[in-house]
Amino acid sequence: MEKLFLRGSEALALGAIDAGLKFYAGYPITPQNDIPEFLSRELHKAGGKFIQAESEVAAINMLLGASACGLRVMTSSSSPGISLMQEGISYLAGSELPAVIVNVTRWGPGLGGIGASQGDYYQATKGGGHGDYYTPVFSPFSVQEMYDLIIKAFDVSDKYRMPVIFLSDVMVSLMKEPVVRKFSKGIKVPEKHWAFGEQKGEKQKIIKSLYLKGHDLEHHNWKLNKRFQEIKEKEVLVDKYQCDDAEIIIVAFGMVARIARTTVDIAREAGIKLGLFRPVTLVPYPEKELEQLAEKCSKYLVVEMNMGQMLYDVQRVLGKGVKIGFYGKPSSYAPTPEELLNKVKELYL
Amino acid sequence: MKMVYKKPDVLKDVSFHFCPGCNHGNAHKLVAEAISQLGIQDNCIAVIGVGCGVFLYDYIDVDSLEAPHGRGLAVATGVKRARPERIVFTYQGDGDLAAIGMAETVHAANRGENLTVIFINNTIYGMTGGQMAPTTLLGQIATTAPYGREFQRDGYPIRMAEMLATLEGVAYSTRVAFTTPKQIIDAKKAIKKAFEMQINNMGFSFVEVLSACPTNWNMQPLEALKRVTDEMIPFFPLGTFKERSVSDVL
Repeated sequence: MEKLFLRGSEALALGAIDAGLKFYAGYPITPQNDIPEFLSRELHKAGGKFIQAESEVAAINMLLGASACGLRVMTSSSSPGISLMQEGISYLAGSELPAVIVNVTRWGPGLGGIGASQGDYYQATKGGGHGDYYTPVFSPFSVQEMYDLIIKAFDVSDKYRMPVIFLSDVMVSLMKEPVVRKFSKGIKVPEKHWAFGEQKGEKQKIIKSLYLKGHDLEHHNWKLNKRFQEIKEKEVLVDKYQCDDAEIIIVAFGMVARIARTTVDIAREAGIKLGLFRPVTLVPYPEKELEQLAEKCSKYLVVEMNMGQMLYDVQRVLGKGVKIGFYGKPSSYAPTPEELLNKVKELYL
Repeated sequence: MKMVYKKPDVLKDVSFHFCPGCNHGNAHKLVAEAISQLGIQDNCIAVIGVGCGVFLYDYIDVDSLEAPHGRGLAVATGVKRARPERIVFTYQGDGDLAAIGMAETVHAANRGENLTVIFINNTIYGMTGGQMAPTTLLGQIATTAPYGREFQRDGYPIRMAEMLATLEGVAYSTRVAFTTPKQIIDAKKAIKKAFEMQINNMGFSFVEVLSACPTNWNMQPLEALKRVTDEMIPFFPLGTFKERSVSDVL
């Protein structure tokens, strides 16, 4: 175990190496370039392979090939690049192949802007590519979580044989904080008997997503769905801050949750019973945990750096019996803690 | 009685689903024969593009991976880099390799990925029912070029084997056909050589196969073969456009 002072992107790349990353492919796009830059320098030292692809489309498909060979694979990009990868993500899902896809989000639609954004919540959580599938989504809010959660992301991806989205943002990715490197000696990666090994086994292995005969596709999709139901039961991560006695609760994820934590501290000093509910996995969404809060607290404020995307998940889970306010910032200017407190006061005090 | 000829073991005991007169069957058989003769069945991984060839794994008994349409050579790049000790080939049609997958094709070739490509050029989209392909000849009728391909609207057919031969990373680029026994023997040698190139770490090896598609050309099988000779070969000449004797790697 080492204690380091790192940028979020470096912590993520280091975490990926400690998790046993053996293949990375990516294409340059701001603001995630320090991830491929770090890995082009460091990955080979850990016995992994780095390749700069000709496009995000090629990068995600290189992952598909390397993942079929059983390697732990990752790519990183930013919003427009992630749009280009959606086809490949859908094929990874259909082919039951693990892969970790890091999105350091920027603005859209279109070329948008390169500042901090949470505009890709829908894309990440509601499918993205074509077909009836889900991908688990992790949302870090500190440099330590960039390290910890990327390792978790690889484990979940391998365990359930599906692509995982790592939804980071500019603030968490580019700020520097102390990090405890818990697994500097690496972790044990489970063997993958389904993957192409060094030699053909007794039986031919076919990795595919095309099912034309009879009810094959139906059985396949039920199998994928069953796995997803298991994830909903077992893989939810949530962070509740000062929620036990809270009369008002802010619901936020990623960098906004980090800001809202300070809002809670300021509010508490002023005697306002404010709490913060932060989903760490956006898929599966911490539905039960949020429902439980509604037994004691009836006032909520959802804050996002978009026009209200996670808002609909909160409304879906809590229903109409509670008050749900929304504060959205569809630009690169993050809200200040005071700004959020003013919004709380305006709505509920 | 002495056995003098039999199908390669690598080919499974099932009937092809291909239409009468289609050359996919010939190509499958020659690929299987090369794999068998080189003793690389246990080593081989097939990366299969979207098109009539997508069920290759039903016929050829090697580990197989389906690529999204056009992405075969990006997928194969991932496979080969992950498992450099294995022999990796793609099997792709003209829509797959030369239209939607052109970027992946050119860049994999240019990187000199040590891969083998079997490229089936039948000047048409076969599986989707006869639409215009990047290789469709001028004047050729397709369901999306009902009056014939016209260069001012549709551009010209692409000669992939010649184009890829210009790239440094390419070790071997050749074009073959199946209209005469001599051509089939040449095709067999070319496909085997392409695999040998990979075994010897020479870099990217590419075999373009001119293939008949009687169904979508609206022809009888023999007419279709005649069309390969009369119309395709004059525009897509047979022969080897590049053949390296020394590898960059060694």
